[in-house]
Amino acid sequence: MNFDFSEEQKLLKKTVQDFLTEQAPLAVNRAVLESDAVYDEGLWKSAAEMGWLGAAIPEEYGGAGFGYLELVLIAEEVGRALVPIPFGTSVGLATEAILAAGKPEQKEKYLTGLAAGDRIGTLAIAEGPGPVKLEDVTTTFENGALNGTKIAVPDGGAADTAVVLANTGGATSLVIVDLGADGVTRTVQRSIDPTRTVATLEFKGAAGELLGGQGEGAALTQRVLDRAAILTAWEQLGGAQRAFDITQEFTTGRYAFGRPISSFQAIRHRLADQYVDLELARSNCYYGAWALETNADELPIAACNARISATHIGELTSVEMVQMHGGVGYTWEYDCHMFYRRAKHLGLVLGSADEWRERLIQHLIAKQAA
Amino acid sequence: MDFKDTPAEAEFRAKARAFLDEHAERLAPGESAAGFMERDDPDLIKKSQAWQALKKDNGWACLTWPKEYGGQGLSSLESVVWNQEEGKYRTPPNVFSIGLGMMGPTIMAHGTDEQKERFLARMARGDDIWCQLFSEPAAGSDLAGLRTSAVRDGDDWVINGQKIWTTGATYCKWGMVITRSDPNAAKHDGLTYLIVDMESPGIEIRPIKQINGASGFNEVFFSDVRTPDSLRVGAVGDGWRGATTTLMNERASIGGGGGGLRAEDLLGLAKKVGRLDDSSVRQRIADFYVRASGLKYTGYRTQTAISRGSIPGPEASIGKLVGAPMMQELASFGIDLQGSAGVLIDRDFGCQDSYLGSPGMRIAGGTDEIMRDIIARRVLRLPTEPRVDKGVPFNQIPSGPPTP
Repeated sequence: MNFDFSEEQKLLKKTVQDFLTEQAPLAVNRAVLESDAVYDEGLWKSAAEMGWLGAAIPEEYGGAGFGYLELVLIAEEVGRALVPIPFGTSVGLATEAILAAGKPEQKEKYLTGLAAGDRIGTLAIAEGPGPVKLEDVTTTFENGALNGTKIAVPDGGAADTAVVLANTGGATSLVIVDLGADGVTRTVQRSIDPTRTVATLEFKGAAGELLGGQGEGAALTQRVLDRAAILTAWEQLGGAQRAFDITQEFTTGRYAFGRPISSFQAIRHRLADQYVDLELARSNCYYGAWALETNADELPIAACNARISATHIGELTSVEMVQMHGGVGYTWEYDCHMFYRRAKHLGLVLGSADEWRERLIQHLIAKQAA
Repeated sequence: MDFKDTPAEAEFRAKARAFLDEHAERLAPGESAAGFMERDDPDLIKKSQAWQALKKDNGWACLTWPKEYGGQGLSSLESVVWNQEEGKYRTPPNVFSIGLGMMGPTIMAHGTDEQKERFLARMARGDDIWCQLFSEPAAGSDLAGLRTSAVRDGDDWVINGQKIWTTGATYCKWGMVITRSDPNAAKHDGLTYLIVDMESPGIEIRPIKQINGASGFNEVFFSDVRTPDSLRVGAVGDGWRGATTTLMNERASIGGGGGGLRAEDLLGLAKKVGRLDDSSVRQRIADFYVRASGLKYTGYRTQTAISRGSIPGPEASIGKLVGAPMMQELASFGIDLQGSAGVLIDRDFGCQDSYLGSPGMRIAGGTDEIMRDIIARRVLRLPTEPRVDKGVPFNQIPSGPPTP
């Protein structure tokens, strides 16, 4: 049994953590929140230079030649620091889609830029509120032209390249679109967490190219979502752990009735419960990391486990963070709301936990039938 | 990262399997080993002792104990592998876990050479079964509030009082009892740890009938029970140190795990009752499955840490704190799925038996609330609550509402 990361991987994680402790204090996230910026460009460049963006991209396409075990640890640290960069979207969604389905020339064209950070990618699926039905999209792609509207596109304010799920003559396909092209209108929407923008993308005859085979869109998208769910779960886990650590420190420094409030069982038992759920989520994330690295058959179930428990712990720790800080927790000045926002954002960006629970049950029923 | 055995683990596992294949019957897929509810069966005790002796004589008992005390001098890792493998076979219920997991290590740490010589090898072979006499009616979570008294009389101690929740008292030869030898000392300072022959005059054992009708636990009454001072473990008044050793070993004992109702089983039940298409049902089952998976993979992480030489710490409280309430919730949900027929005892899925049995799991060995406190104090290092009983002579600590 070797259900752990290697010493080299732990060292990489430490390096990333040290860098972000120095370069990405929470004030960096706040600066993006309080300005018109859609992400922190300096940190994005650094992330590219240190090989984080291309961690899972082969070296021939400009990648760093790491693997997924390294990538998830980077994601955890990005999550812990609430780094306001479109990391999970560009790396977990767009890069994965192109890795999964790109022709060699597409990989050459897009992956090199994605690894270098010159290109920021996203995946555009949703068209309205409610659960997305991947087989049932109204955006069309015919004769090289894309028409339709996608909403809540993750990191839609930062991205310059979108992989779009479209209807191609009765079946679905993935289409790559340059968001600077004619016929694309981008509108950044007001959202829960403006440090990770979401946008509406309106396509009116925009030029695009097929990614993967005609009719493979829904299956490819699901595959990408499963893989992205694991990476995002690590980012959620990192944020949850940081929120918890801050809450623990605050409640131990905060005195009321003559003693630290973390000495009251009303607080300490809830902190213990959060610790337990953090550990369960971490263990599910470990299993997801293993599945990602080995491309295991169990990956879809591992993705559901990781996604559901990471979404739960992200929300739990951030809700409790606000509550246990008391009145100051509700102020703009304190940092709690940045965790509260990010946790909810990440918990929805790949579909809600309810949708993942339903998918998990479908997988379990299929597995039992097999 | 992988789930493969290291070469050393694989070799040990193969040897364990060879022994088990020769001497025991492998469980069918999905079949679970006998539970503790059957432990009162006298034949099972004898079978259990025979199995333990067979293991001991072939080098498969007390793997982590030092060789000089009758063990094998191996690490926790081999113990984990053995437990995993033994759990796959139909073997008698283990009635030795309290002795071997808690009493033995306490004697090793605090006992005299004479006590080690006299007791440990017999304990290891299952010749004698041991019980733990700790809790009292007024001292459960607050164990140090115990009142059973021990008064020195010549070479003996004379014990009076009552213990409760004593597993296996009816069939145990020896017990380890923690007593109050000095009620004028502060709460934790006046305790003395004694070994007592459970067949001594003055001991009365009354089985406690549990919610589920079984009687795994007993009340044990002491009326002028004498035990020699040579059976004292540790110094007079220093019993709390020994008790702490015992309790730490209780937490560290790692089982093969599992058994009982699983989240996936509920899918079959939901199908049977026509509710598999109900999204509220699907959502609940998914949550159970995710939580159970988290626990399973936490076990893998713990096992990895052990294989790298760590000793399991207070983090081990997670397993009980998650597993026990989940067992109850699963059972309750499974019963509800059956509608009004859920009141009937159904042995196909076992929800009703599990519902009646699981509350005990949330209390025995430290309640959920005590587990949370252990995590808060020992893992998270949170400050503790101020206490009104610290440093106060025991007989001046309030034990009930003031009398008007």
